[in-house]
Amino acid sequence: MANTISILEKLGFRKASGVDEAGWGRTLFVAAVSLIYFLPVLFIIFTAFKPQASALSVPPTLSPTSLFGLIPDQFVFSPTLENFGSVFERSMTSGGAPEPTGFDRYFFNSIMIASMSVLLALIIGTLAAFGFSRYPLKGNDTYLFIILTTRMLPAIVVIIPVILMFRVVGLSGSYIGIIMLYTAFNLAFTIWMMKSFFDELSLDVEDAARIDGSTGLRVFFKICLPQVVAGLAATFVFGLILTWNEFLFALLLSGPDTRTVPVAMNQAVSSGGRGTDWTLLAAIETLFLIPVFVVTFFLQNHLLRGVTFGTVKR
Amino acid sequence: MSSLAVTASRPPFISLSLDNWRFALVAGIIALIVSVTLFPADVSFWIVGVFAVLLAMSSVINAYRRQYYGGLLVAPAIAVLFVMNIFPLLWSLGLSFFAYQSSQQTIRFVGLANYIKVLTNDLAATANWNALINTAMFVVLTVAAQMIIGFLLAMIFAKQFPLRRYLLILVLTPMMLSVVASGVFFTYYFDPTFGILSYVIGNITGEQFILMDNKAGAVAGIVFADAWMWSPFVMLLVLAGLVSVPKYLYEAAAIDRVSAWRRFWTITFPYIRGLLMLALLFRTIEAFKLADMVILLTKGGNDTMTISYHLIRIANEQNKTSEGAAISYLMLFMVIVLTNLYLYLANRRQQGA
Repeated sequence: MANTISILEKLGFRKASGVDEAGWGRTLFVAAVSLIYFLPVLFIIFTAFKPQASALSVPPTLSPTSLFGLIPDQFVFSPTLENFGSVFERSMTSGGAPEPTGFDRYFFNSIMIASMSVLLALIIGTLAAFGFSRYPLKGNDTYLFIILTTRMLPAIVVIIPVILMFRVVGLSGSYIGIIMLYTAFNLAFTIWMMKSFFDELSLDVEDAARIDGSTGLRVFFKICLPQVVAGLAATFVFGLILTWNEFLFALLLSGPDTRTVPVAMNQAVSSGGRGTDWTLLAAIETLFLIPVFVVTFFLQNHLLRGVTFGTVKR
Repeated sequence: MSSLAVTASRPPFISLSLDNWRFALVAGIIALIVSVTLFPADVSFWIVGVFAVLLAMSSVINAYRRQYYGGLLVAPAIAVLFVMNIFPLLWSLGLSFFAYQSSQQTIRFVGLANYIKVLTNDLAATANWNALINTAMFVVLTVAAQMIIGFLLAMIFAKQFPLRRYLLILVLTPMMLSVVASGVFFTYYFDPTFGILSYVIGNITGEQFILMDNKAGAVAGIVFADAWMWSPFVMLLVLAGLVSVPKYLYEAAAIDRVSAWRRFWTITFPYIRGLLMLALLFRTIEAFKLADMVILLTKGGNDTMTISYHLIRIANEQNKTSEGAAISYLMLFMVIVLTNLYLYLANRRQQGA
């Protein structure tokens, strides 16, 4: 088996796939496009640093510095950090003493629930995708289609039976309940995505390994998994992003102890009847963005390497 | 896969062996009927649960002893999906044939009356059809916008250049925002008095600009916000396909002096076709469920009500649970027809190529 791969490598297969080089000209062009695309996010992040009074000013304030006089004074705001403090501790009534808002707990809940459910879906889903791809069952496509249909219905339809079911089993408001629900929620995507990655792999290397006497497990862990690392990373990131921001299930199924940030964010912003608290919303969103941003940034390497992918063209 | 030889013979039906899943199935069904008729709901729930576990265990042992690896690998996923999705789906399918409101305790069998009501009945039906037509419009517009923008973004990122990873993460960020935050901030961007859009256009034309005061503007605003958030999703999938194309194919094409257009259709496209189809499929399904952006941006005003938001109103705010279930099954039917069409076309092209 090692023989086969080394021959393939000598033929230039394994390392040859990949992307062309382009220079700084491309960087400039892409930077312009990306910055325009990023502007609405940048505005939210800037709003998190604005003093509450200047959040709704006309004209809108756009920059924390005047960039050495480049930007007119009317567009400049003076940055402050107090919004981030009031995410965790603020007075609930006007003039009252600051109280803890419990957002530290909500951040912990979001991180815990999202990461556990995505990892679980990735493990279960990758096994299933390998099964669907390599050991087709009778009516394989039907199973895959049924799995896909679980993502088609609006959540609102599934939610009533799920609430009743959780109440009977005693899972409502618990971590396990919502983690299992999110796992199911991510499974359809994981299975379809990983199956498409497994389908693209060449069978030649696997067959060679089997002929050399490798067991099914060994083929899976030593040959198939390393080739779909890019797929695993991509699926993990997608799952994390979708779960991280899920709102409806979290609103209806999480208890006071297991509340996630999107639900708490909605309550914090719309409570009190004073209209939207823009700077507070922006501060929560900015903090909430950091974990998923960091994970995505570090998984990008796997996402884009694409080297081990598609060893031999079928 | 020829190694899937049968190594153990089937157990006889009556024997109490650990891999006799047929026996466990029959015992489970009997236990289901008996416990539902004899015991209160929560006790019978646990009895049925125990038998379900027994059945699952025996089928797993059966599959292991007979080397049905496919079944073994797929089993955990199917189990989770069954408990959390398929079972609730069947339950709500059942509900759609009853008259049931979650605010009341009564429940009454009405057959197809809910379906007839949502499709043909005077007032309700016109609202439903309107919402449906709007949804079709949103599906076409948002999915088209996302596919085009996502594809173009993937094309410009498909080469290696300095600072690429830092720029890529900027484009991916919109997808990571919470819909609550981005939706609320889009109402701010589109706001006639405070918003940036109205400020810029107002300075150019000299009049106050209100985007959301007619249907075209409201639709454009929603499509823009949704496409902005989800184009990166399409981009990532296409990009994963683009970077997987082996370089030697391009080198061979360069030697043969193949034109860029032909190179794209004969080399690049076959590699990204599967992922494009996947992106199209998932975005269409999500677009069918479009509700949150509409709720946040227009609250269904200016004739922008979508079927999904309509459904949330009926099922959640008006407590008409079974009518909502009927609408959602009609929706599911439409999505299934649409996705089958996609898959059929995809398969046919694959065979034709």
